[in-house]
Amino acid sequence: MAIIEVKDLNLYYGEKQALKNINLEIEKNSITALIGPSGCGKSTFLRTLNRMNDMIKDVKIEGSVKIDDVEIYDKNISVEILRKNVGMVFQQPNPFPKSIFENVAYGLKIHGIKDKSLLNEIVETSLKGAALWDEVKDDLKKPALGLSGGQQQRLCIARALAVSPDIILMDEPTSALDPISTAKIEELILELKKDYTIVIVTHNMQQAARISDKTAFFLNGELIEYADTEELFSYPKDKRTEDYITGRFG
Amino acid sequence: MNSRQNFDSLLQKLKEKLLTLSELVEQSLHNSVESLRTLDGELAEEVIAGDNKIDDLEIEIDEDAVRLIATQQPVARDLRKIISAIKIASDLERVADLSVNIAKVTIRLQGQKLVKPLIDIPKMAENAQKMLRVGIDSYIKEDIALAKQLKDMDDTIDHMYKSILNELIELMVQDSQIVNQGQQLGFAARYIERIADHITNIGESVIYLVSGKRHELND
Repeated sequence: MAIIEVKDLNLYYGEKQALKNINLEIEKNSITALIGPSGCGKSTFLRTLNRMNDMIKDVKIEGSVKIDDVEIYDKNISVEILRKNVGMVFQQPNPFPKSIFENVAYGLKIHGIKDKSLLNEIVETSLKGAALWDEVKDDLKKPALGLSGGQQQRLCIARALAVSPDIILMDEPTSALDPISTAKIEELILELKKDYTIVIVTHNMQQAARISDKTAFFLNGELIEYADTEELFSYPKDKRTEDYITGRFG
Repeated sequence: MNSRQNFDSLLQKLKEKLLTLSELVEQSLHNSVESLRTLDGELAEEVIAGDNKIDDLEIEIDEDAVRLIATQQPVARDLRKIISAIKIASDLERVADLSVNIAKVTIRLQGQKLVKPLIDIPKMAENAQKMLRVGIDSYIKEDIALAKQLKDMDDTIDHMYKSILNELIELMVQDSQIVNQGQQLGFAARYIERIADHITNIGESVIYLVSGKRHELND
């Protein structure tokens, strides 16, 4: 079943059209990788899925983005609730300058949860879900910024999980990490697929090939090819996709 | 601009090595059949001795291919080029092994007089050599239509094999003195038939390389 349905999506930054007539459906509990050269529109597309582009000046968006059959660009949609449902993890781990515990509990508190034992419970499950619990369970009061880069990124994932979203968007979540931390995050993403739908922008094509079920190749704001990952990396249908994934793009 | 010139030149080198291998194998096949036709023991020994070089080159191609996979992360057509090189090299190496088997038949028949001049087995072998050339050509040109021609050529060889076998059986029934020779010649025909099968595999690898699809040429 498609949890995300995008129809005839166009996005303009002022005069410049950044997304051209995108049509795409994303299945529940799947991992979808968005690939393409810099400036191709993949991150812009990712950000349309939880309306992160709303904050950018002069943005104009046309077309339809439905999540769970609800049009997210409708006027009566609460962006806060949308973003609770569609969490996001960024390229640079961005924990708050607070304790590990406070980082994970932050979103819950904003949503009015004050019950101590409930907070404790959710922080623990979220950290476990992000495969970080064993490493930090005795240090929950320590500052998050003391963690390594890979741990900080998993903390950010835990923070996203804490508000129990359905969808997690990841914008190059491992590009600032070393190979071991990257491998841990990749394993984690595969684990998370059981409970969440994940859309990930990555410049690392091997990463897309390793972890995703479907891959979408963007170029100049167009969706060139969208297929099962195995197929796209074995027999791409479009010459431009082949050129890009084999590194002959120029 | 081609941003992978180094990788492309390594792929080209892999292809060149495979073509060198195919030349050696063609020579080996040709000499083995010639040794049988003329019962030339010396030429047969040459075929057997030459097989080491072929084995070494196949291993070299294998190692180059593994190194390319390990270091270049090939995908799509690049990956298929490397995978098909490994498979084609392996089929070529098997063709060479079977040529050695034919040469061994020559050696076993040393000192014997052939019951009748060999005509059909060399003819069958000639067809196999043609197939090898077509197979390699289809690889060089990445030509699916050419590769598909191998199917009919293989069918012809299968028919020839059956009729040669029937003829040998008839001869052996008539004269039990020639059972040993008849059996050896039957083996030789069988080796050629197997060679043709390996060449159809080469055609299948070419089709896979070009289209990414599996296509049976030998059923």
